[in-house]
Amino acid sequence: MRDVAIIGAGETKYGEHWDKSLRDLAVEAGLKALEDAGICAEDIQAIFGGNMSAGSFVGQDHVGALIADFAGLAEHKIPAMRIESACASGAAALHTGYMAVASGMYDIVLVGGVEKMTDLPGDMVTDILAGAADREWEVFLGATFPSLAAMMARRYMYEYGMTREQMALFPVIAHKHGAMNPDAHFQREITVDDVLNAPMVADPLTLMNCSPVSDGAAAVVLAPAEIAKKYTDSPIKILASTYANEYISLHSRKSLTESLSTIEAGRKAYKMAKKEPKDIDLAEIHDAFSIIAIEGLEGLGFAKKGEAAKLAEEGQLYYDGNLPYNPSGGLKAKGHPVGATGVGQVVEIVKQLRNEAGKRQVENARVGMAHNVGGTMTSSIVHILEVM
Amino acid sequence: MVVPRFWRERRYRYSLIGTRCPVCGTVYFPPRSVCPKCGRKSMGKMEEVQLSGKGKVYSYTIVHQNVLGFKYQKPYVMAIIETPEGPKITGQIVDVDPEEVHIGMPVHAVFRRIAEDGNSGIIQYGYKFVPDENP
Ligand SMILES: [Zn+2]
Repeated sequence: MRDVAIIGAGETKYGEHWDKSLRDLAVEAGLKALEDAGICAEDIQAIFGGNMSAGSFVGQDHVGALIADFAGLAEHKIPAMRIESACASGAAALHTGYMAVASGMYDIVLVGGVEKMTDLPGDMVTDILAGAADREWEVFLGATFPSLAAMMARRYMYEYGMTREQMALFPVIAHKHGAMNPDAHFQREITVDDVLNAPMVADPLTLMNCSPVSDGAAAVVLAPAEIAKKYTDSPIKILASTYANEYISLHSRKSLTESLSTIEAGRKAYKMAKKEPKDIDLAEIHDAFSIIAIEGLEGLGFAKKGEAAKLAEEGQLYYDGNLPYNPSGGLKAKGHPVGATGVGQVVEIVKQLRNEAGKRQVENARVGMAHNVGGTMTSSIVHILEVM
Repeated sequence: MVVPRFWRERRYRYSLIGTRCPVCGTVYFPPRSVCPKCGRKSMGKMEEVQLSGKGKVYSYTIVHQNVLGFKYQKPYVMAIIETPEGPKITGQIVDVDPEEVHIGMPVHAVFRRIAEDGNSGIIQYGYKFVPDENP
């Protein structure tokens, strides 16, 4: 296994892109990443693209081939494939690209993620996203994604006494950061009352405890670490890329208040990177729903079980706090184009580690972590990155 | 959903039939052909088992979204039910004031229509839960 580095990164703005198609978004992000790496499309030897459900959202499958074609690579005949792990598709594509370079099979690899979600009405989007759960034994009976997250939250509140007010701090922090990110879907601050008084989606989760439906794409270029400095003065090394799964349905799990997949992916990542939670300077944590971020922070060792809300109350999670959390705005404020999200989290960490994050820049950031989740924390993928 | 896909699971869905691993004794619902704890030792040996349909609310939520096939039921209560046999089951709780539902509440399964006409116009049936007056 070789060490792998990111030599370029780029993304589109996240939001409602009524004027842009799936391919427009993917090609825009890909070309930005190539431009950033200072290479041409012809230099790419393989493409791995994260995408959850273009077949359902826009009726387009075979996304890898489509993107390679419209990036101008049809004549080069390179392999290009779509990687799917529900909302963790982006990080799954990065995990695949990492293996491809680490193994020595390919040198220059483009990893992308894209989702075009706003072409359909809300009830259809809800139904497609529910495909990340068990269609036959959860969704058939009336479960939606927010309702499954709500049942995690209800149980967590029952076991640990967390209040809705405490849970509301997570979207408040996300929006504070999103307001400083010009590429975020939502660039405005909100209050605890805004969260509590928003329309109820699935009790106890209001609309403001849930990430939005967004369009967007993100991409990074990977190269062997030993030659990364040939391309850029500021390559970012991938210290760890780990992936763990557990039972797809909530009802099959012993507990709804801890994520075994996150605990396992985190444990392996710290070991692979030879780091501990205290070494992480900033973390992009999957916050599709506030409860998922809470169980994510605990599973990754940043808080004891039942105590993640304390970090929020103490102000530690702001970009200038002890554990800068989702400085991009997270899924909640930056947006959640599901297949793009995992790659977009890593694009944010690259910007932060290169000191290019503008107003939301975390001081002295050298080590960053990205935590991307598929389903109800069924799949968890963790990446740890470091300045070279 | 087309007919065969719905029809395949109907026996388990209509009658709450799960499977038991003869090696470790764990009961599963929905049915599994391999026990996650015993793996290969359980292959080809899983036994069908009838659940009692009784249980207690483990967690729940009140759904206010527009959900395909469920629009005319909203708001409705979704829950995860803990059964005395072991497995937990996801299902709606009906014939109840949503405000009355709480963790630990005794319920039992009933046979009901699940969703309004889906894309193919089929009416789908299965289990829901109601409050249990005689737990
Ligand atoms: Zn067994």
